[in-house]
Amino acid sequence: MATTSQAAAETPFGGGEARETRMKTHLMLATNAFFAILRRDIVVTGRDLIAFLAQVLLQPLFFLFIFGKVLPGIGLAAQGFGALLLPGIVGLTTFLAAMQGVALPLVLDLGFGREIDDRLLAPMPDMLVALEKVIFATLRGLVAGGIIFPLAVWILGNQYNVRSDRIGLLIVLLVLAALVGACVGLFLGTSIRPEQIGLMFSLILTPLLFTGCTYYPWAGLDTIKWFQIVTLFNPLTYADEGIRYAMVPPVYGVQLPTLDLQWVFLGLGVSIILFFILGTRTFGRRVVS
Amino acid sequence: MTTPASASENAIEVLHLVKRYPKAPVNAVNDVSFSVRRGEIFGLLGPNGAGKTTTIGVLTTRVRPTGGQARIMGLDVTKDPIGVKQRIAVVPQMSNLDQSLKVRDILIFHAAYHSVPRKEREARADALLRELGLAERARDRVSRYSGGMNQRLMIARALMHSPDILFLDEPTNNLDPQSRLFLWDRIRDLNARGLTILLTTHDMEEADKLCERIAIMDYGKILVNDTSEQLKKIIPGGTMLEVRVFVPELAAVGAAESDGRITARLVEALQALPGVTKVDEVSKKKEAPQGASGGWPGGARGGGGRGGPWGGPPGGWGSQNGGQAQEPGVTGFRLYAEDASALVASTNQAILAAGAELRDLHVKHPSLEDVFIYLTGRNLR
Repeated sequence: MATTSQAAAETPFGGGEARETRMKTHLMLATNAFFAILRRDIVVTGRDLIAFLAQVLLQPLFFLFIFGKVLPGIGLAAQGFGALLLPGIVGLTTFLAAMQGVALPLVLDLGFGREIDDRLLAPMPDMLVALEKVIFATLRGLVAGGIIFPLAVWILGNQYNVRSDRIGLLIVLLVLAALVGACVGLFLGTSIRPEQIGLMFSLILTPLLFTGCTYYPWAGLDTIKWFQIVTLFNPLTYADEGIRYAMVPPVYGVQLPTLDLQWVFLGLGVSIILFFILGTRTFGRRVVS
Repeated sequence: MTTPASASENAIEVLHLVKRYPKAPVNAVNDVSFSVRRGEIFGLLGPNGAGKTTTIGVLTTRVRPTGGQARIMGLDVTKDPIGVKQRIAVVPQMSNLDQSLKVRDILIFHAAYHSVPRKEREARADALLRELGLAERARDRVSRYSGGMNQRLMIARALMHSPDILFLDEPTNNLDPQSRLFLWDRIRDLNARGLTILLTTHDMEEADKLCERIAIMDYGKILVNDTSEQLKKIIPGGTMLEVRVFVPELAAVGAAESDGRITARLVEALQALPGVTKVDEVSKKKEAPQGASGGWPGGARGGGGRGGPWGGPPGGWGSQNGGQAQEPGVTGFRLYAEDASALVASTNQAILAAGAELRDLHVKHPSLEDVFIYLTGRNLR
């Protein structure tokens, strides 16, 4: 103990060999900083795993139980609705867990906590701090979405019905769903002030929740044309429809009609790019004046 | 002003720096130039809104300058922000400690952000926690920390990546005296080890005790930049001799009659002493309200709003003359001179020669606060 104390005390501040050995290129510095910050987020989430899971899983699981199990069980919803609902719940959970993973911490950090300052002073471009938030939130969304599957087997029982031949496509779509959630979260987190958090839930989250084709397939809205058009403005619609395409097995040889995959990819791609650009721009404005 | 040092000797160089925030009517920083030598403790003083925080913001890459240049260890802050960030550390006014991490982890993660190797960051964290008196609370969460402990922890965090320059923004604001003294000692220690320190403060005592050089800022400009001793010489007249005098004639006619005719003779005599630049009578009537111009000869330097710096010391002469029941026949004078202490003998003689009697005598040197008020005025910002 005494030796480490001495060593630290003898290290001259402002130069010396310790500094020389750490002279790395900026790229190395930035890469190290990026992964250290990512590790910090993972460690913090890992320590509060129960809280994290409760935050992201409780609501979707209750939805799944009530709408996929209880209502069909008492005859108020069609048998097989569970198979239709599950992809929506997976998409919604992935999207929301990613969105909240970046939006809430950012609102607080940029508002009054300023905990983010320590990371902004790390030797990396400011934009990498924003990118790290997006990457971390994407991972968070994927974990939350992934956990839904085993829990759905348990909740839905014999109602659990997922095709396994499109698993590669499903994984790609889950990554994109998480990514779009994270980018929307980046935009919201940098645009909203702490005192507006309540407003965010009622004005943004609620419409997002119910216009995203989570609880109904898009093709089923043919009879309510105006609403069908409204849903197209919600990035979640593309995620849920794509995941539905990848998960719902054909019934009596008939494939459930969903949005075309090309529209799904286009919608997700445009949303990711748009919200990432908007989000990083507002982020830049908030962290450098 | 000190002579400009070469680039290699300067840790910080600021040249004609300008910052105007969008939609702001005036420049927050308006053509500011200064340099801080390596290994120096440099103080940036100024009222709220003077431009200190913006200047530090530019130096720490958080504010984009509108014009001019700023260099940290020879690196341009706008062209090489990554290089700059690796060489500086910032201790802000308000805690921005990571509330989700435990104390020791805050230090270790900070070092990881700066590419400090794992073994080194752990050893360094333990050493710094000991040094700053936090070792026993290393596994706490920050939420259980007091204000003083937060401040110490932020200093420990700042040192984790061995920066060349430490920025301290009002480091001892709101701290108890023990924490304040402890931090002052630590700041001196760090400086002795070669760390360059730039601190902002409102605490004149702090600036006076810690800083080798001090720049006073106001309205986005640096008004003066020098050692504390040199700054104190800025006030015209330099020092002040305060005397209380018993005048028998005055006692005879009573206070009501003392309209100055009797004391005018004394003022004249004192004024004639070699070295005296100005004499003020400090009687009941003349004890001007704090900040009224005329306290110092030429005290109204900037014109309107900038009054004399001697606001009347609390519990000092002002209250003795203006407040308490005054002894009949006793009045006071202030003699301004470059070296007031040299006037003691001649003043006594002059008073005796005028038929009066010296009751009390007091030499006063201007404090840094006097200089600050003299330069920036008394107006609230």
